[in-house]
Order: sequence, then C-alpha cells, then structure tokens
Amino acid sequence: MSATTQPTRLAVLGAGHVGPVIARLALKAGYPVAIATSGEPEDIALITELVIPGAQPRWASDAVADADIVVLAIPLHRFLDVDPQLLNGKLVVDAMNYWPASDGVLAAFEDGGSSEIVARRLAGSTVVKALNHIGYHELEDRARPADAPGRRAAGVAGDDPAAVATIAGLVDAIGYDPVRLDSLRAGRVLQPGGPVFGVVLTSREFERAMRAGAGSLA
Amino acid sequence: MTYTFGLDTFGDRNGDTDGRPLSHAQTIRNVAEEGVFAEQAGVDFFGIGEHHTEYFPMPAGDVVLAAIAARTERIHLGSAVTVLSSDDPVRVFQRYSTLNAISGGRAEVILGRGSSIDSFPLFGYDLADYEELFDEKATLFAELLKGGPVTWEGKTRAPLLDQDVVPHTESGPFPAWIGVGGNPQSVIRAARLGFSLALAIIGGPPARFAPYSQLFQRALEKFGRAPLPVLVHSPGHVAATDEQARAEFWPRWRDIIALMAAERGFAIPTEESFERETGPDGALYVGSPETVARKIAANLQALEATRFDLKYGMPGLTHDQLMTNIELYGGQVIPRVRELLG
Repeated sequence: MSATTQPTRLAVLGAGHVGPVIARLALKAGYPVAIATSGEPEDIALITELVIPGAQPRWASDAVADADIVVLAIPLHRFLDVDPQLLNGKLVVDAMNYWPASDGVLAAFEDGGSSEIVARRLAGSTVVKALNHIGYHELEDRARPADAPGRRAAGVAGDDPAAVATIAGLVDAIGYDPVRLDSLRAGRVLQPGGPVFGVVLTSREFERAMRAGAGSLA
Repeated sequence: MTYTFGLDTFGDRNGDTDGRPLSHAQTIRNVAEEGVFAEQAGVDFFGIGEHHTEYFPMPAGDVVLAAIAARTERIHLGSAVTVLSSDDPVRVFQRYSTLNAISGGRAEVILGRGSSIDSFPLFGYDLADYEELFDEKATLFAELLKGGPVTWEGKTRAPLLDQDVVPHTESGPFPAWIGVGGNPQSVIRAARLGFSLALAIIGGPPARFAPYSQLFQRALEKFGRAPLPVLVHSPGHVAATDEQARAEFWPRWRDIIALMAAERGFAIPTEESFERETGPDGALYVGSPETVARKIAANLQALEATRFDLKYGMPGLTHDQLMTNIELYGGQVIPRVRELLG
C-alpha cells in the first residue's frame, strides 16, 4: 500500500472463532479493520481490546459502509439472517463453510457449492471464496512473510477476475501464497471433505492435491 | 498460588496387549479403577467426558463417578464435559447434586459441547441450534446452582415457576465451569453467568490462549463479579521416557483422529504435525514426567491458570499403560510442576 492511495479497509463480520484471527492477521499486515456482530459494538468492546487490539468495534452497517472488503466469518446458518441489502455493491470474502457433520444440516445448502449459494443470495455483491479451508487455530500460526521458505498456500476462488486478484493480494499480505481458482464452482475443492480442507500445504502440494481431488468433486 | 491437577477421560475404549478392543463394559469398569487409583496416586480431580460412540462409550459418566465416589475420600469428581445443549439442565443439576451428596461435597461440573456432536441426533436436537440451546441452558443451570426456588422461561424446555429442585446441596453451589475452545464470546458468556473458565486446548500453541484468560478476568470485573479460576484441559500421555510415551501414543492418536477426520472432513495428523504438537509450542503433553511437567508449568504461567487437567488415554491404549500414566502423573509430574511453580 503506497502512501498516495487510501489503504484498503476491511470489515470483519463475526467475532467468534474465525473473525478475530482474520482481523488480527489483517491488522498485522497494515489494513485498517472494523469488526462487527449482529449486536451492538459495546458487546464486543472488551473482546476487541484484548483479543484484537487495533480493530474498531462498530455496528455492522457502519463497518460495511466504510469497507472496501467485507469478510463473512459467521456460522453459515446465521448468514441466512443477514440482509443481502447490507452487502450490496461490496466485495465480500466468504470464509464460511457448510459442514453438516459439525454444524448440522441446512436445507438451503444441501445442493451445490456453499459459496455459489452465498453468491446467489448476495446478488448485488461480488463474492470471493477464501480463508475458509485452514483451521482458525492454524491460520495465524502458519502465516509467513512473502519470501519465507516453505510458505503455505491458500485458495482464492471467484467468478470475477479483478475481485479474485484483490483478495489474492489480501491473502498474500496476511501470510499465504494465493492459489487462484477462476470460479466459485471451481472453489468447491476448498470445501469440507475436499482435498485441501484442513491441511496446510505449500502451493506446489496444494495444486497437486487439487488436481488429484478435482475428479471426485466435479 | 494454589494449583490443582486433574485427569480427564472420555472412556476411551481400551485395547488388549495384542491391540484388540476390550468390551465397552470392561472399559467402563477400568475407568472406575483408574479413578480410584488416581486418588491413591495423588491426583486432585478426576473428570469423565460425555461421548456416545463406539470408541468412546461413555454417555453416563456420572454413574461411573458415583462408583468412584463410593471408593474414595478426597479426590474431586466431575464431568469433562457434560454436553449441556442436548441435556436437561434440571437433570444435570440433579445428577451432579446427587454425586455431590454421595461424595461428601466433591462434585464439579464442566459444561460445554466438547468434541462430541453425537448426542444431538441421538436425542433429537439440531446442531444448527447449538448456540441457542447452550446459551439458554447455561443460563438456567446458573440459576439452579444458586439453590433457591427457580422461576425460568425459555424456548428449549418447559418453564419453571418457583420450582424447588432437589437434592439441595449442603454447602452452597459446587464448582461449575464452562468449557471454551477458542470463541471469545463464549469466554464473555462464562463470565456473565459466573462460571469458571475451562480452556480446552487441543491444537496449536497454548500461549495464544493467554488473551482469553485476561479477557475472562476483565469481563468478570465488568459484570461486578469476584475473580474466578481458569483451568487448562489438554490431551497427553506420560510414560517412563519420551520415546516410550510417543511410541505408545502416536499410533493411537493417528488412528482415532483419522477415523474422526473421515467422518467429519478434517485433516489427518502427520508425523510432522505430531512433532509440532508434542514440542514445546504444541498442545499435546506426551513424554516423560520431566518433559510433561515442564510443559504444564510453562503453560499454567503463560495462561494465568491455576488448574491443569490432562486428558489421558486414547482408544486402543491398554489399561496397564493408563495405570502407569496415572501413577507417573500423580507421583512425579504433579510434584515436579508444583516445584517448578514454587
């Protein structure tokens, strides 16, 4: 980020397992970060102060309005309560997962890739699938600077190449080699049960695992 | 500072020396023996975690705890954890209040979801309702613990109107904890309701949980409550040497996590991940008494915690290996941790 341009601002929606981890990584990489839940900012003031120092707790609508990138880090069943209007016109990172074995069956997500379904509900937004396939407890531990040997990879999938490029930049900045996938459909390989879900791989291993696993998910 | 040390089991199904699984019934009898032996070995707490599977046949740990209570005098006995979301808080209170009566005031309870999700379909609950179920039931449980007649209304069970719930405890509420796996909002909830905090740390560097401990104490202040203790629960295995402990534990750990991974869609452990988790920055306490003691002491300090519960055992380990683990934990690890923290 050069001094002559406005820094890219992030809004992280969700202050559970995943949201604070992504927020901390983004803060460390120099992004201004606002964090919000469905409730009032006061509810997460203490969490922000101690667990995500440097982030701004805000109302979701305010955080989103001022953000260049919105990260959805809420349980997927709670996503069904989010008003799509809130995210209209925004670049949205879908870090959520449909994981029935852990979170229960959701009829709305039984058929197709979860991010494709998210994108259909958010028709006025640009959706990119990323930061969903590395466990929240590993995401921070495995992040490394760009030139570090053995740096791990993270998938970035979307239908809009410019949006994928922007989020690939975010993923790179927070500590992972971005591996781009040119559609949300192709991003199904990043889902639970897929070949790279929950394993933290280098980009070479990542590409190999995706090729090996793609057949079973087509 | 007073430190206490516990052992937790999920009723991990024992193997025989040839690796064949023992029956569920024999495993349960062995757990009772292990609980009694834990007291003799000098352990302060013995906990049983609720599970409902072939490899963890332990859905009614309170019954086993009652058997241990009848044969012991000092050791505290509790759940680790009770899956409160799929249980009735009134029944949980009654069972542990009964255990408290039988044991002469030695009962505790740790409430949480644990890693056990099997109880949801078994008892007809929807996993998607997990948060609402847990929040309501934990709130009701906090009311029940106070001991007076309870008036309560919610969505997840029948209302209570000025209801006296028996048996009454003899000397106030028994210790009650909420198990948290990494969600800071769960830490706030524990503080708001006045439960102590149990940090379940089963992967990654334990020190990253330090802000949660601070968050808990600050939240207690905010809610006008006195400080409450923090406990750390982590898996491990103690044997005479590092090599022996790792050789015994690794294949059992790999096999059970691989099995759960296949069912739940997560990663299978590798030798590399096992190396990391058993090292100084990992979450597994596997090694000689000295190795394990040093790691416990360092993490209790880093996390400002006063209790450590070692989740011992893995499906396939033998009862003899577990008894040795208990003997070394009580006889060598605990005194050494106390010395290091002295």
